[in-house]
Amino acid sequence: MSLVYSEEQRLLADTAREFLAARSPVAAQRRLRDDKAPLGFDAALWREMVELGWSAIPFPEEQGGLDFGCQSLGAVFEQLGRNLSASPLLSSVVLGGSLLQLAGSSAQQAHWLPALIGGDKRLALAIDERGRHDPLATSLRAERSADGFRLSGDKLFVVDGLQADAYLVVARTAGQSGEESGLSLLLVEANTPGLTASPATLIDSRNCARLHFDGVVVPADALVGELDNGLAVLEQALDRGRVCLAAELLGAAQQLFETTLDYLKTRVQFDAPIGSFQALQHRAARLYVELALARSAVMGGLAALDDASLSATERGRLASLAKWKAGVAADKVSNEAVQLHGGIGVTDELDVGLFLKRIRVAQACLGDSDYHCQRYGALSDAQV
Amino acid sequence: MSAIDDFRQETRAWLEANCPHSLRTPTPEGELVWGGSKIEFSSEDQRLWFERMRDKGWFCPDWPREYGGGGLSPAELAVLESELRRLKCRPPQINLGIWMLGPVLLEYGSEEQKRALLPPMARGEIRWCQGFSEPNAGSDLASLKTSARDEGDHFVVNGTKIWTSYGDKSDWMYALVRTDAKAPKHLGISLIVLDMRSPGISVSPIDLISGKSAFCQVFFDNVKVPKSQLIGPLNGGWTLGKSLLQHERKAMSKFGETSLPNHFHLMPLLERYLPEPRSAADQALRARALACAMDEHAYALTVQRMGEEARSRQDVSGLMAIMKLVHSEQDREKFEILLDALGYHALGWEGEAFTDEELAITRAWLNGFALTIAGGASEVQLNVIAKRVLGLPDAK
Repeated sequence: MSLVYSEEQRLLADTAREFLAARSPVAAQRRLRDDKAPLGFDAALWREMVELGWSAIPFPEEQGGLDFGCQSLGAVFEQLGRNLSASPLLSSVVLGGSLLQLAGSSAQQAHWLPALIGGDKRLALAIDERGRHDPLATSLRAERSADGFRLSGDKLFVVDGLQADAYLVVARTAGQSGEESGLSLLLVEANTPGLTASPATLIDSRNCARLHFDGVVVPADALVGELDNGLAVLEQALDRGRVCLAAELLGAAQQLFETTLDYLKTRVQFDAPIGSFQALQHRAARLYVELALARSAVMGGLAALDDASLSATERGRLASLAKWKAGVAADKVSNEAVQLHGGIGVTDELDVGLFLKRIRVAQACLGDSDYHCQRYGALSDAQV
Repeated sequence: MSAIDDFRQETRAWLEANCPHSLRTPTPEGELVWGGSKIEFSSEDQRLWFERMRDKGWFCPDWPREYGGGGLSPAELAVLESELRRLKCRPPQINLGIWMLGPVLLEYGSEEQKRALLPPMARGEIRWCQGFSEPNAGSDLASLKTSARDEGDHFVVNGTKIWTSYGDKSDWMYALVRTDAKAPKHLGISLIVLDMRSPGISVSPIDLISGKSAFCQVFFDNVKVPKSQLIGPLNGGWTLGKSLLQHERKAMSKFGETSLPNHFHLMPLLERYLPEPRSAADQALRARALACAMDEHAYALTVQRMGEEARSRQDVSGLMAIMKLVHSEQDREKFEILLDALGYHALGWEGEAFTDEELAITRAWLNGFALTIAGGASEVQLNVIAKRVLGLPDAK
């Protein structure tokens, strides 16, 4: 388990940095927002990311992937975070693709993986049903019917859920909300009768949907993985997503910190750069410390994703540590960034607000700091 | 097979044959062996290990043989250190002289000084202490006032040093003293070494809020120090002092690998003192404890990452600058939580009403206050990060 990027991973990060600086700087994200782009990301840009091979990174070669490991994804997500670049890499590849790779039948894999890797189709994970992430709280029911399942209920805050080709829906096929067993994963095509998607526009202006299932019927072979026992594989895929989000948060916070540091060095008040004042120096130094710890936690989480010798519990612990620490650090950095910029920090003209907004959404996505703190504790107890 | 492979094989065989089995475990705090004239061993194995390593010249493996060292090349030193780690050998002795003063003497000392001071140091015969801080020169070390007055062939030292660890048990001291009262404060300081038995020196131990401590205050009343004991250039001591502190950090990081990790583990203790069912207050405390334990985990990963980055030749100076701050502050937070979790059990001072562990937690909590002050207070660490790492400008 290595906590530094390899030479190849550094090259990948360099490529991503140059590509995103040219094609997807923060200004491009601002334009998407101002244009109210319905997709929330730039489809042409996504196509180019696919051509760079990013959508193939985590998958084995026999499934059309590059077999480059999840840690490599981290190198890309950090750069995405630095530029606030929106893409379906998390929803369709890291979450959707991973679930199919880990639990899909060979028919499901053959049908979907090439299309996901090739960027021709998009999957979105429909999991949350309330404001806070909590997979066990799932209560949307999928009743067994003669030749399949019938789904009724709502899914909220589905990342990249608008105009997706299909959804991986976490549904309850047995038991009650709060129970570990009884969860199943169902692949539901977007055009299935009874399914409607509507926008839930969040502060980060990305693609987010509410799904309503009104007696949606899917065939038996829509089941991904085991009936009632979907949780383990779901958590494994979620952990990939959580650590990638942690890397994105780290990249965004790092970029915002550097911007703020520049401002402290150049903004003059009382005839001196404000960064010469000790009260502000110490606050900047504290943020630097937080970011350093967050980087170690993120690297630990990324390495754990690729380490087959770890138990699911230990991997989950490290994933939660990464998401927790990156979230805490990014929250602090973004709050301080606004305050340290003073009046201009609360204007829309400055990019600081865009970072603040994206960081808050990424923090809530797949479990906020409180969630991962408790999960880390529960997994630590389970280890003893 | 290359020469370095041969060396590894020989070293491994020698360590297997010579490091007593009882010493292939982390060192409990009470069993450290401090080299010096009053050396004490707590077992015959410790004496054997001390003498064997001494005779090999491996207290200071990479020093030249002519000064009592082992004469190893950097590559050989790395092999020896990795083999010592592999067998989990305890350090045969702890010696500030070897860790801190020795490297500075090798770089800045005269030939005469090296021949006089290094060989006994390399044999572990002298216990060294450090005279840097003064009652009015703490964070602002360069304002130190202990003076060394030029009296022809010797200096006369007057003043006082404080926070000298084991000043009462040491044989010699290296100290920063003022040799030019008129020069700007950094430019009037010199580094000298002196025999703690010199007439005019008195030492008194300092009691802390945590009880007895290793810290002492040392007083100098017209102490004669021969000019031959000035290290490096007159008034050039500030540079040497900074170099000493760098060697300290390096040594502490190596030493950290072989000593017992802090033995108060937060979450297991919490489980014991907050059994089920937990009240709402217990649960709030547990959330605080989890955050603290997670930050400790992130710190441990940072130590690991810094090692890996250093090995892959990346610049780790930024990480080095945060380690002391983070570690000392996390420890403080941990003991605050333990204090709350144990309640009155962690407020005992002595006696049968408390377990040894509880009393130790109380003392460790109190001792923690010293750790965010000693060796550069947290505020000084933040200044260093802000200025040297982040490049923020100086105040006007």
